[in-house]
Amino acid sequence: MLTIIIIILGASFLLYTLLGGADFGAGIIESFAGKREEVTISKAMAPVWEANHVWLILAVVILFTAFPLVYSSLSTVLHIPLMMVLLGIICRGSAFTFRHYDIVIDKSHKYYTLLFRVSSFVTPIFLGIILGAMMLGRITFDTTKGFYEVFVAPWLNLFCIVMGIFSACLFAYLSALFLVGETTIERERKMYVRFSKRFMLLTMLMGLLVFIAASIEGHDLLSDFLHSVTSLITLILATFLCPVIWHFLNKQKNKTIYLRIGAGLQVSLILIGWFYIQFPVLIKMKSGSSLTFFNTQAPESTLQQLLIALLAGLILIIPGFIYLFKVFKIKSNSQ
Amino acid sequence: MNDFLAARMQMAFSLGFHIIFACIGMTMPVLMAFSEWRWLRTGKTVFLDITKAWSRGVAIFFAVGAVSGTVLSFELGLLWPTFMQHAGPIIGMPFSWEGTAFFVEAIALGIFLYGWNKLNKWVHWASGVIVGISGVMSGIFVVSANAWMNSPSGFDWVNGKAINIDPVKAMFNAAWLEQSIHMILAAFISTSFAVAGVHAYLILRKGANAFHAQAVKTALIFGSVAAILQPFSGDFSAKDIAKRQPAKLAALEALYKTSKPAELIIGGIPNDKEEKVNYALHIPGGLSFLTHGNFKAEVTGLDKFPKRDRPPVLITHIAFQIMVASGILLAFISVLYLVFSINWRHILLKKWWIVLVACATPFGFLAVEAGWTVTETGRQPWIIYGIMRTEDAVSPMPGLHYSFYIITAVYILLSLIIIWLMKRQISSISQYYNSANEI
Ligand code: HDD
Ligand code: HEM
Ligand code: HEM
Repeated sequence: MLTIIIIILGASFLLYTLLGGADFGAGIIESFAGKREEVTISKAMAPVWEANHVWLILAVVILFTAFPLVYSSLSTVLHIPLMMVLLGIICRGSAFTFRHYDIVIDKSHKYYTLLFRVSSFVTPIFLGIILGAMMLGRITFDTTKGFYEVFVAPWLNLFCIVMGIFSACLFAYLSALFLVGETTIERERKMYVRFSKRFMLLTMLMGLLVFIAASIEGHDLLSDFLHSVTSLITLILATFLCPVIWHFLNKQKNKTIYLRIGAGLQVSLILIGWFYIQFPVLIKMKSGSSLTFFNTQAPESTLQQLLIALLAGLILIIPGFIYLFKVFKIKSNSQ
Repeated sequence: MNDFLAARMQMAFSLGFHIIFACIGMTMPVLMAFSEWRWLRTGKTVFLDITKAWSRGVAIFFAVGAVSGTVLSFELGLLWPTFMQHAGPIIGMPFSWEGTAFFVEAIALGIFLYGWNKLNKWVHWASGVIVGISGVMSGIFVVSANAWMNSPSGFDWVNGKAINIDPVKAMFNAAWLEQSIHMILAAFISTSFAVAGVHAYLILRKGANAFHAQAVKTALIFGSVAAILQPFSGDFSAKDIAKRQPAKLAALEALYKTSKPAELIIGGIPNDKEEKVNYALHIPGGLSFLTHGNFKAEVTGLDKFPKRDRPPVLITHIAFQIMVASGILLAFISVLYLVFSINWRHILLKKWWIVLVACATPFGFLAVEAGWTVTETGRQPWIIYGIMRTEDAVSPMPGLHYSFYIITAVYILLSLIIIWLMKRQISSISQYYNSANEI
């Protein structure tokens, strides 16, 4: 039972990274694109962004139901970066909707756009920082150590910041690839191809920096990867997909579907690899001990009810999602 | 400001903000689906225009409802980690069902808002109905979680730990049904009266036309039925609280001394030092009758509880008076509306009636905010009634008041922007919809 819940938690995290990530990325890409692209980006995102973000809510709900201690610990010590994520989510969602629905178009649109772009950039950085802090092992609950040691030091360090920037680049890359298939204008398509390539290189570079920053901060990520065969394989496969995607990007008529599958596969591989070296740890603490899936799990009766709700939910949601994407993604492309 | 107070205020503020959007999110899909259905049946464009005009505004409310809800699901942990650590496994089930309802809602909403020209008309209509149903379901689930805080069940509390957890029993606790019914009715009342009020105001400003007249009518049909049922549902809740949370009942009625018979205290300003209520209207035996159906029955007062277990009387009592007064006002308007629309339709066109409807705009939402203040403040000092104190649940992080200032500032700013956006939306109605120009 626990295994299925962990898989669903992992899957919703993965889907949030892919779908929500592409949404955040769109805000980043937009900052580098022109005025006209704004329209394509808005059009592509508007019908689906709300549904994409429910994956985050699902992950949070599973976390506090099934692994309550992890949820309460995270929200205590990582209060500040979580607060930043929340502010980002509020500003981004509202600004996007205001821009899309404000009937009168005037100067106010400039402010919506500014807010939308800034928060699209800031939120993924803090998401990455939070992930980094969970794995780095500086977290402590000993409040006598002082404010800085407990509430700031675990996340404000080189490794976490590099993780943050890595996430932002990854999201932008995902989004650029996604947008290649969303436009019918050749000039725009070329631009998104360019962005895809640039952000692919940037993401790879940042990925490298993550390893370097980790070792500077005394967290030997590389040897973790070398010790786990599965993780190593996923990492190599993900890297190998880069030239493949590059090849498809160079084709005159892009096979959008390949690009999307490729990118989805890449991100999944990276996350699965990361999951393997972490498992079953959720939070590594300074004291050397850690909070894991096993030592924080809720009682059996809770897990059982949670699973029923989740499975019933999936039966309703999956066809709904497929329908939503069919109506808006496939039809709009073939028109 | 001390951090504990800041955390309580931040929670109250965030919930008070979210509930407005939640009410709109539960009610508007139903109103829109009703209006679209009339269009599909009659072919009159005015119904289509109303549906479309509403859906543009509703999209904004939905997005803000979604982000403010997301904030809440984090805030529960950011502010009350100890509470969530124990309560999570117990009330996680309604929250996970709520998650399912959100998904269905978000998907159906995407289809409804953006699928106007892409889908079969009835499929489109059905997506609106699904949004409404899942909105109401999510309201019921989350209110059950709150009802559990008022009436904890489905676990045994041993040495500061919950054991023998039964999530199903926890969800279907003693308070879930009455709170859910009262909440759903409240959502319909508040949103419908606000919508009717705004359109009535526009009639006063711009003169009568088919668009606004029909919009007022559609909203009032739903609002008036709910508003007439609400006092009964409220009475049902109060009787139940008398058994379940006598301290809350005593606080909201400002009954300091256990009395037999107990008088009903209307209005007034409770004074905790002297333990009496100044400037109030006293109705002998009134409270005994309302809580036990008998003019002579005994009602428990605050004196039965040690001082540290009493909720704040002043806030709870005044909030309760505001809710009940608004409820009675709206129920009165609703009765008039139903009577007039059966027999005296011409009165519905009279200026005084339209002014009355316009004046009723804020009272539904006022009652919602006041009602939640009663429920939540009346539960103090407990976060889980009788089990865990609010002060023991608060986050140990120093400086919580900064997040309170920031969140408050952001929410005030957002509210101002939304009001301004709605004004812009409304002022362009006659430009986009022909029926807004027909008399
Ligand atoms: C339009 C809104 C509205 C209106 C007109 C009323 N209420 Fe209400 N009331 C609410 C909106 C509300 C609410 C905001 O929805 C609450 C908060 C918690 C809940 O479940 O409903 C609530 C709670 C609430 C409670 C506390 C329940 C609890 O703590 O478990 C009582 C005793 C009443 N109400 C009683 C009444 C009475 C006697 C009314 C007579 C007219 C009334 N309400 C009208
Ligand atoms: C949306 C409608 C709601 C409103 C307007 C509301 C209002 C409030 C208010 C005014 C307080 C502060 C009480 C005080 O400290 O004096 C509060 C506290 C709180 N509420 Fe609610 N509430 C709502 C629904 C809920 C729901 C559905 C839940 C959870 C399932 C919830 C959980 C809490 C918690 C955890 C606190 C903090 C602890 C406490 O003060 O007891 N509330 N809320
Ligand atoms: C009585 C109190 C509440 C009621 C009746 C209520 C009801 C609703 C409804 C109807 C919606 C969908 C409408 C919309 O998106 O605007 C919604 C959204 C949401 N609510 Fe609440 N809610 C309440 C309190 C809470 C609390 C305490 C939490 C968190 C713990 C919460 C979390 C959420 C979330 C995450 C969403 C966004 C879902 C989405 O993306 O569609 N709500 N709520």
